[in-house]
Amino acid sequence: MSRQLKGLGEEAGGAVRGSSRSGSPGTDDRSERRLSRKQAPKAEGAAGRRGALPGQKEQARGSPRAGSPRRKQVESRRHREELGVQERSTVERTREGRRKRNGRTSLKEQRTPPKKEKEVSKKETQKQRKKHRLPSLASSTSGGESLSEEELAKILEQVEEKKKLITTMRNKPWPMAKKLTELREAQEFVEKYEGALGKGKGKRLYAYRMQMTKKWIKFKRDFDNFKNQCIPWEMKIKDIESHFGSSVASYFIFLRWMYGVNLVLFGLIFGLVIIPEVLMGMPYGSIPRKTVPRAEEEKAMDFSVLWDFEGYMKYSALFYGYYNDQRTIGWLRYRLPMAYFMVGISVFGYSLMIVIRSMASNTQGSTSDGESDNFTFSFKMFTSWDYLIGNSETADNKYASITTSFKESIVDEQESSKEENIHLTRFLRVLANFLIICCLCGSGYLIYFVVKRSQEFSKMQNVSWYERNEVEIVMSLLGMFCPPLFETIAALENYHPRIGLKWQLGRIFALFLGNLYTFLLALMDDVHLKLSNEETIKNITHWTLFNYYNSSGWNESVPRPPLHPADVPRGSCWETAVGIEFMRLTVSDMLVTYITILLGDFLRACFVRFMNYCWCWDLEAGFPSYAEFDISGNVLGLIFNQGMIWMGSFYAPGLVGVNVLRLLTSMYFQCWAVMSSNVPHERVFKASRSNNFYMGLLLLVLFLSLLPVAYTIMSLPPSFDCGPFSGKNRMYDVIQETVENDFPTFLGKVFAFLANPGLIIPAILLMFLAIYYLNSVSKSLSRANAQLRKKIQALREVEKSHKSVKGRATARDSEDTAKDSSKNATQLQLTKAGTMPHSASQIQTLDMKAPGPGTSSSTSRTALPTSRHLLVSRPPSNRPDSGQARPQTHAGRSASRKSTQRPSH
Amino acid sequence: MGNKQTVFTHEQLEAYQDCTFFTRKEIMRLFYRYQDLAPQLVPLDYTNCPDVKVPYELIGSMPELKDNPFRQRIAQVFSEDGDGHMTLDNFLDMFSVMSEMAPRDLKAYYAFKIYDFNEDDYICMWDLEQTVTKLTRGELSAEEVSLVCEKVLDEADGDHDGRLSLDDFQNMILRAPDFLSTFHIRI
Repeated sequence: MSRQLKGLGEEAGGAVRGSSRSGSPGTDDRSERRLSRKQAPKAEGAAGRRGALPGQKEQARGSPRAGSPRRKQVESRRHREELGVQERSTVERTREGRRKRNGRTSLKEQRTPPKKEKEVSKKETQKQRKKHRLPSLASSTSGGESLSEEELAKILEQVEEKKKLITTMRNKPWPMAKKLTELREAQEFVEKYEGALGKGKGKRLYAYRMQMTKKWIKFKRDFDNFKNQCIPWEMKIKDIESHFGSSVASYFIFLRWMYGVNLVLFGLIFGLVIIPEVLMGMPYGSIPRKTVPRAEEEKAMDFSVLWDFEGYMKYSALFYGYYNDQRTIGWLRYRLPMAYFMVGISVFGYSLMIVIRSMASNTQGSTSDGESDNFTFSFKMFTSWDYLIGNSETADNKYASITTSFKESIVDEQESSKEENIHLTRFLRVLANFLIICCLCGSGYLIYFVVKRSQEFSKMQNVSWYERNEVEIVMSLLGMFCPPLFETIAALENYHPRIGLKWQLGRIFALFLGNLYTFLLALMDDVHLKLSNEETIKNITHWTLFNYYNSSGWNESVPRPPLHPADVPRGSCWETAVGIEFMRLTVSDMLVTYITILLGDFLRACFVRFMNYCWCWDLEAGFPSYAEFDISGNVLGLIFNQGMIWMGSFYAPGLVGVNVLRLLTSMYFQCWAVMSSNVPHERVFKASRSNNFYMGLLLLVLFLSLLPVAYTIMSLPPSFDCGPFSGKNRMYDVIQETVENDFPTFLGKVFAFLANPGLIIPAILLMFLAIYYLNSVSKSLSRANAQLRKKIQALREVEKSHKSVKGRATARDSEDTAKDSSKNATQLQLTKAGTMPHSASQIQTLDMKAPGPGTSSSTSRTALPTSRHLLVSRPPSNRPDSGQARPQTHAGRSASRKSTQRPSH
Repeated sequence: MGNKQTVFTHEQLEAYQDCTFFTRKEIMRLFYRYQDLAPQLVPLDYTNCPDVKVPYELIGSMPELKDNPFRQRIAQVFSEDGDGHMTLDNFLDMFSVMSEMAPRDLKAYYAFKIYDFNEDDYICMWDLEQTVTKLTRGELSAEEVSLVCEKVLDEADGDHDGRLSLDDFQNMILRAPDFLSTFHIRI
């Protein structure tokens, strides 16, 4: 053992000791011993097993030895064992000495040796590559005085390799015991040698860096552990998954994801807008916009009023109108209007980013779907069982659906085009689409009508509860009853269920979207009406104030007390009105969802369950039965709800808070409902494909909800007496104001320059060009991909046809030979030749695996010179069938096999 | 890290985390699941690696596996001797491969082994028939089964030797859109 290496080891051990996993004292000498031990049996193993390259090995070890490999093998092994013992003993001695010096021994050290022996012996059989290298390393360490550059590089390489092995250990298809030993070995190796790397002064640094890396890895792992623990509802979702398969669970995972997104939005809005306003803004009742008007005051605390988000609710920090247009608030001089605007924008920015990011990560995981028609049956066979299923009922359904799908594909395969009455189908489809468009238009008109009517109601006094909430009720009812109606109509169309589902989703989407936009349009009408009235109200306010301060009959010397804020006449504040509409819509939507679940699912389940004992027919199997969980409807509902949140959050900052509550309760409530009163789907849909589809819908909705908000911000003047932007011409003026007043003039100039159309238009053009370029690149790549796929396909086809031609040739061949022998043999050959490829391969299989009947063949194999085609040309004893014509067939077949042998074999 | 558990040493846990796709918490959960299967058999102290096997009858009755048509194959593939009796290491191995984080290649490798009923390293006609029968609970007729199997061979057998080698299987399964989402057991 070279002193130098030991020195290195000591140093490394000293540096690493504190952190290393087996941080016992004596790491250095342990590993030293390991090395010496390893080298002996390892070289022996390699030599013993391979028996071909002992000379090379030995040269590498530094003790040249020649001789015929086979004969000397045993001898050399014995010799080497002796050598190993010798080495071991010397090391033992040195270790004893060191131990005495150190004055302490570690328990582990004493425990390890037998295990190590085992490891080493295992390693012999496992790691070939390492074996080749280690002896040379050992020779260098034992023989040489110092580590040369080359050896260092070698060690470094090995260390890197080991490290890679450690990180990829979990990906190895080995049993755990092997993984554990390999891991331990690799770790010890790394621990030992990484300290020896680096030269001179670099050594300490290297060791230190290694230590830091190790700590960093450990920290990362702990952090990951912690992060995993923070994921909520894991067990709940797992439960659902095992009961209903992955598709239903995917809804809940989506819900959880949505909850996370909303939590972030909530943090953003509450942290940067609502809490500063509550803490530092002017208190309630200080100015008109923060005070309930005199006329509403007496009823402002009634529950019915609060429930409609009027009264005190309306004049609270939950809504836009409450915020003051003061540029800075509090001692922090917090610029609230600016913050309000920026948060409103960043809500959209964050949502866009997160949706697109998750979409991108979804697409990265999935493979192209153009492949699926190549492997219809294979995919059905190997991927149709959902291993997540842990519920017998679901399993039954899954079995049934798999059987059906197999039968369907068999039928498809047998007669790919079954002609029905195509005209009738077409007619029915057109009719169905017509009906559905009628439904959509009708629902759109109904909403428009209702919103218009509600504007009239809002002008009237003492309207009933129904009249106040008509819009929300009608919209919820439409959302509740239209989808089943669509489904009924869709039954006319007779589509394949998967295509049918897409149509159904598209229609529901169109319905929701139409409803939402009609609602928005009607709302916009209302806003415009309010805006046109604003001027007069503004005049009235001015006039009132003017009259109040200048009226006679007051002592001129004493200044009048300011008018009480509750008495000041004020505008309608359309922003708050919009916010309230969205708030009410969200709440009523939530209530309708819960009530639907309670009535439609839970009560139905109770009824079916308990009335089944005393009913004329079987309720559970017959008509009402239990409800299935409506995945697409629920997901779409969630998506549209989120759209409303995005739209409304600018005018009602509290909306996100309400939504967080909604999602939280809905998580628990729906989990409970689905477990208690739903049954698994009869057709279990795949969830994985539609995941991105839902995300795409979400993105579309996000974009569509961005439009109206952007429109109102950009082109409508804010109300003159409420909200953070009052008094400005447009809401975005707040940015200009901030730039002008708070930033240095230089920056102001830069901003002005950046906002120059001359710069913006080229920038947009550039972006377009970039998009165009990237798009064309991706297109060409995908085209190349498709081409390659086609090529592979063509190759397969060619191979197949080649094979069949070969098969026919073989048939003819064998026919000829058989003709010579006898006529009945020819008959036999004909029948056999048809099935030849399979039978040949089966024989091959038999030959490969069966040792019993293969004994005779193995003897013949040794006798015959050609080893390659032996598989086929075997003695006839293995063939259970076929009559007397066997020798001939073999000749013919082996010839044909020879010609069919492809280089790939 | 302040955990009061004494089942494993710290080093064991770290090693298990290196060798599986689980976090410390999940490993502990899996251990307790394992222990629950046979409380009188499995000790609560694994620091000295006791040699304990839980019989297949108990493994196969886990709710995660009991409805799986391939549960016996799964247990056989992951057990040491191919008899379905599992040590804790085998158990961890099994759920690690089946976990969400396991890469496609690893899953494909073990899926191949699972579907290779007669363990001859090839999925042959007989294996395919077994698979179909298990998947459909024998609802298909013999002709249908053989048709399906022939179709599968026709589609996926790249080297035309009448059976699927590991390469064939991986080549096919890596393109399957649903493989990752379905070949997965959540514990």
